[in-house]
Order: sequence, then structure tokens, then C-alpha cells
Amino acid sequence: MMSASNNLAAHLEECFAGRIEISRSANGQLAIQLPVDLWLEVAHTLRDDPRFAFSQLTDLCGVDFLGYGQSEWQTKDATHDGFSRGVEGLGPGRFDWSGRPEASEIKQRYSVVVHLLSITHNVRISVATFAADEGLPMVPSLCDVWSSANWYERETFDLFGIVFEGHPDLRRLLTDYGFIGHPFRKDFPLVGNVTVRYDEEKGRVVYEPVEITPRVLVPRVIREDSRYKVDDIDKAADEAADSLAPGAE
Amino acid sequence: MAEIRNYTMNFGPQHPAAHGVLRLVLELDGETVMRADPHIGLLHRGTEKLIESKPFNQSIGFMDRLDYVSMMCNEHAYVRAIEQLLGIEAPIRAQYIRTMFDEITRIGNHMLWIGSSGLDLGAMTMFIYAFREREMTMDMYEAVSGARMHANYYRPGGVYRDLPDSVPLYKESPWTKGKNLKRKNEWREGSLLDFIEAFASDFPSKVDEYETLLTDNRIWKQRTVGIGVVSPERAQQLGFTGPMLRGSGVEWDLRKKQPYAMYHEMDFDIPVGINGDCYDRYLVRIEEMRQSAKIILQCVEWLRANPGHVMLKNFKVIPPTREEMKDDMEALIHHFKLFTEGYSVPKGEVYAAVEGPKGEFGCYVVSDGANKPFRVHMRAPGFAHLSSMGELVKGHMLADVVAIMGTLDIVFGEVDR
Repeated sequence: MMSASNNLAAHLEECFAGRIEISRSANGQLAIQLPVDLWLEVAHTLRDDPRFAFSQLTDLCGVDFLGYGQSEWQTKDATHDGFSRGVEGLGPGRFDWSGRPEASEIKQRYSVVVHLLSITHNVRISVATFAADEGLPMVPSLCDVWSSANWYERETFDLFGIVFEGHPDLRRLLTDYGFIGHPFRKDFPLVGNVTVRYDEEKGRVVYEPVEITPRVLVPRVIREDSRYKVDDIDKAADEAADSLAPGAE
Repeated sequence: MAEIRNYTMNFGPQHPAAHGVLRLVLELDGETVMRADPHIGLLHRGTEKLIESKPFNQSIGFMDRLDYVSMMCNEHAYVRAIEQLLGIEAPIRAQYIRTMFDEITRIGNHMLWIGSSGLDLGAMTMFIYAFREREMTMDMYEAVSGARMHANYYRPGGVYRDLPDSVPLYKESPWTKGKNLKRKNEWREGSLLDFIEAFASDFPSKVDEYETLLTDNRIWKQRTVGIGVVSPERAQQLGFTGPMLRGSGVEWDLRKKQPYAMYHEMDFDIPVGINGDCYDRYLVRIEEMRQSAKIILQCVEWLRANPGHVMLKNFKVIPPTREEMKDDMEALIHHFKLFTEGYSVPKGEVYAAVEGPKGEFGCYVVSDGANKPFRVHMRAPGFAHLSSMGELVKGHMLADVVAIMGTLDIVFGEVDR
């Protein structure tokens, strides 16, 4: 499978040299990043070119990069006054795009990620792009290229408010009829905005503002000291443990 | 002549054949379906957003609640995604346990599918037969994890604990006593592996029983042959995976093509259909159950011969045991940090998929280096399958809608997420 994906990388380089960014994810799968105006062109090539033959769109989803790389807990400096390392208002959902802290390398907010599968070559690829405008993010629809994009795009539109240009039937899919807002955006509160209950007196279901306040049980912490990276010491410890296990030879 | 207009009808959301909460708006011309528009989301719980607010390990339990009839397969996808981001790999014994429980899950899932879709098409007995065996797969879940459904058993770096030496027995009650009690407890006397082995060895004969009920059944064939036909090209276009894709004759199974856990060591076959109709998909699933039993027996044999660890000893990710905590300061600190903060996963993104009973269950995780995932997206097979509903039922009769819904094998936990 690895050699297939190496070939693939070479073919991609040949087809779109300099126009797309090719990288690999943690499990060695190819990932490409491209500007939104190449979206449809690349999609068509990936499907129709026999060197790629990505006949299936397995998955499409949106990502909102607001708050990417933001921590709610100070990890750099220790303090003398005990439990005051919580960073106020820095977690996702606490600020909007215009008021975001300038800490992240991500310059654009909404991304669309597509996972493709080539059954002929037994290889996967993920293709990602950023929508240009933060106010009305727009990405061309892939419905005409892969039929399965239809519902995935409706879902992404519903949850992130990303508009897919040329989609035949862009309606909300998962949220309630008449729902306001796009719940998976990072500035949409986890507890939501409205609550629903049945009103005995009015004899119908009523919508009211939520009463509960969101609270953080475990703060978001970013550790960059790579303490979690598995090194040789850990591997040796695992092997030692295995050899000590009852019954192991 | 009077003007005849199409009739629009609501199917569900509270319809027993809708397999949960599906609202299907059907436009009918007489009894022929002209257009079907599924409305989903009635079970939408925002799982993906909830996961963003919790440390990695606390979300394993959410996975059980997605596709709540193939619990451990969902956990497997999520756990594998985290493992790949961390760059760790579970011990080999844990991999075998995962393989075995994935297959037990597959049997459990197909049993629910065959039971309920049999029931939908009028085969009442099928339901009772299938649930007789499904009960035992739930008992295996219970023995290993303590929960009959939402097992929460897999962990990044292994599985929560080793297989137990005993299985809970039936107690005497007014309904279970004497010979009946003895029969029910017969397989449960020994260890869990004994129980699983007895079950898996006997299971193919149970599948034969199902087949005597359905395979040559005239009514079953009338309801399924030639219904919901999908060509292999269309199946790929529509994002079909699992039995839905194999039913159309595409030989594609992640367990063979992109093996994970211990599947590369297993000897099994992939059944494929020819015609791509409901009947072929039924045959594919039936054969899959036999193959699952075969895989389970291979795992049991290995697990018996090779005791060992089921979790890594990497305390940065896996909590130390209670015992170690009592006499080791370091272990105590690790325990505290893991249960208050969790572990941070290196920056990156990964898509990990497993061959779930319904199809490819994938998990896309984006991490920004924090102790909580930045974004998680679950690729649920049922979502893609249901999105083809409009195309599949077009031109069929109203009664066939039920047959097609049954063949899609949808569970709303995963469709709505």
C-alpha cells in the first residue's frame, strides 16, 4: 500500500506541480492542500485520470479553525500563587474570529476536508481547501463529481454554514426545522442557545433561552514539550513488561 | 377525466419499520414511489462537538452510542486514530482480543439486522431465532467489560483488561430452572474463551437454521429478489461500503485490503454478490456471519496459547495499575495527571477506518497538540447508505420501501451522530 501511495505522490507532483501542497498524515496517508479555485479541477482529475481513479468519496467534512492551538491553561511559567494558571477566555467558543488571539499559524477559518478512496489502486487520499471568505464561506460543490457528496455537503452546510456553490438541494440536514445558527462553529456555545419544552398552559412546545451556563470540567492544555512522544525508553519498558508477563516465553 | 395528483405521505418518524427515527416524505403515484426525501437528524446529539470538549479518553464511550449495535467496532476506529497520532501500537494480545470482539460484534449486528429486517418483511420467527443467539454475544460483552451494550472496552494502547476466567451464570428463577437452567449454563461453566469457543463452533449450525427459514422461502424471495438493484459503479459513486458494496459485486473489504489489528493473520473469505439486489446483500451478510465465526475460532486458539499483556506500559498515555500506584510515587503522579488532564496528542490529523459490520466506519481526528481533540468527524456507513434512499426506492412500490430500508441496515445513532 505504501508503494502505491509513493507512486501516487509522484503522479500528483507531475499533474499539479507547484499548485498544490502534498504532505503525509500520521499514518502515512497522503494529504493534499489546495486553493479553492482548483477544487473542481483537481476533483475531476482525481476521479477520471486512470493513474488516480478515486472512484469513491468516502467522507467530506468541515473544520472551523477558530481557536486552533489555543490553550486554557498556562504551561510555560509556574506561578507562586497556586491555582491561577487558568487562562481566561482563551478556549474555543470564548471569542469570535475578529477578536481571536494572534497565536496560530492558521490564517483562514473554514476548511473543507474530503477523503477519497481508490478501489483500483487500494489507496486513500485526503484533499483539503480553505474557503476564501469568513463572512460567507463558499466552496464549489462536488455533487457532480461524486454523488455521495450530496448529503455530506448538506451536513457541512448545516453545521458550519459553508455554502457549496452549485449544490442541487442545499437544505439543512441534521438540525431541527427552523434552527438558527451553525452549531459546529467554534463560537457556537456547547450548551446551545435555546431550550425546548412542552408548555402545559399554552398546550404546545415552546422555545426558551438556555438557563444553564457552560462550564469547563477539564481545561484545554497544550503540551509542547513532547513528553507524550513515545521514545526508545518507553518501547524498552513495554518490551520488558511483555517478557515479564506470565506465560510469555 | 378527473385530474389525478400525486399523493405525499409521511413515513415515520414513529414507524416501526423506520428502524429508529427516520422521517421519510414519500411522493406516491398510486402505490408507486415517485420521490423519497429522508429527513434525518431527529437523534442528532452533536457528538462531534461534545468530543471536542473532553479529553481524548473520555470520548470512547460516545463511540458505543453512535452505532449502538456495533459498539466495539466504532471504538476500534477512534482508538486506532489516537494510536496513530501518538505513534503507539497495542500489544499483540490486545490486537487479537480486538479482532475477536470485532467479529463478535459483527455477528451481533447481523443478528439484529436479520431479525429486524425479517420481521419487517413478515418473518416473525426469524426475529426470535436471531435474538436467541444475539443474547450470547451480549453476554460476552458483559463478561469482558461489565456492560451488555456500551462496553467502553478498547483504549488507546490496548484493551481495558484481560479476558476473565469466568462468565456470569444464570441463577435459578421461576422461568429458568431444572433442565432449562442446566442447558443455559452449559457453555458458561468455564472461562470466557471456553464460552466463546463453544458459541463460535456451534454458530454455523445456527446460521443453517436461519437459512432454512429464509434462503429458499418463497415470500422472502418475492420481497427481496430484484428489489433495490445497485450497479457496482453506482455503488461506488454513492459511497457504499461493506455488505452494500460487496452485494453489488465489488470485492472490497478493509479487513483484507487494508488490514488492521490481526486480520492479516486470519484465514477467511470475502463473500460478494452478483446482482446487487436486496437478496444478494442478504446472502452476503449470511456468509459473513459464518466467516466471522471462523475468525473467532482462530483468535480463541491463539489467545489460549499466548497469555500476556493487553495494555502498553507507557504511563504517559496509559494509567498505572492501582497496585503500582500504592508504592510508586511516579505512578501516582502519572495517575493523577492522566485522570485530571489526560494526555496531549501531537499536532496532526489522521483518518483511521475499520470495516464495521455495516461498512467502513472511519474516524477523522484533527489535533492541535492539546489534551482534547480539535475536531473529530465520524464517517458513518449508514449516513452514506441512507443518502441513496431517494435513488433506490424510486419507481418501487410502497411495500418495497420497507425491504430497502431493511437492506440498508441503518441505525440512527450513527446516521445522526
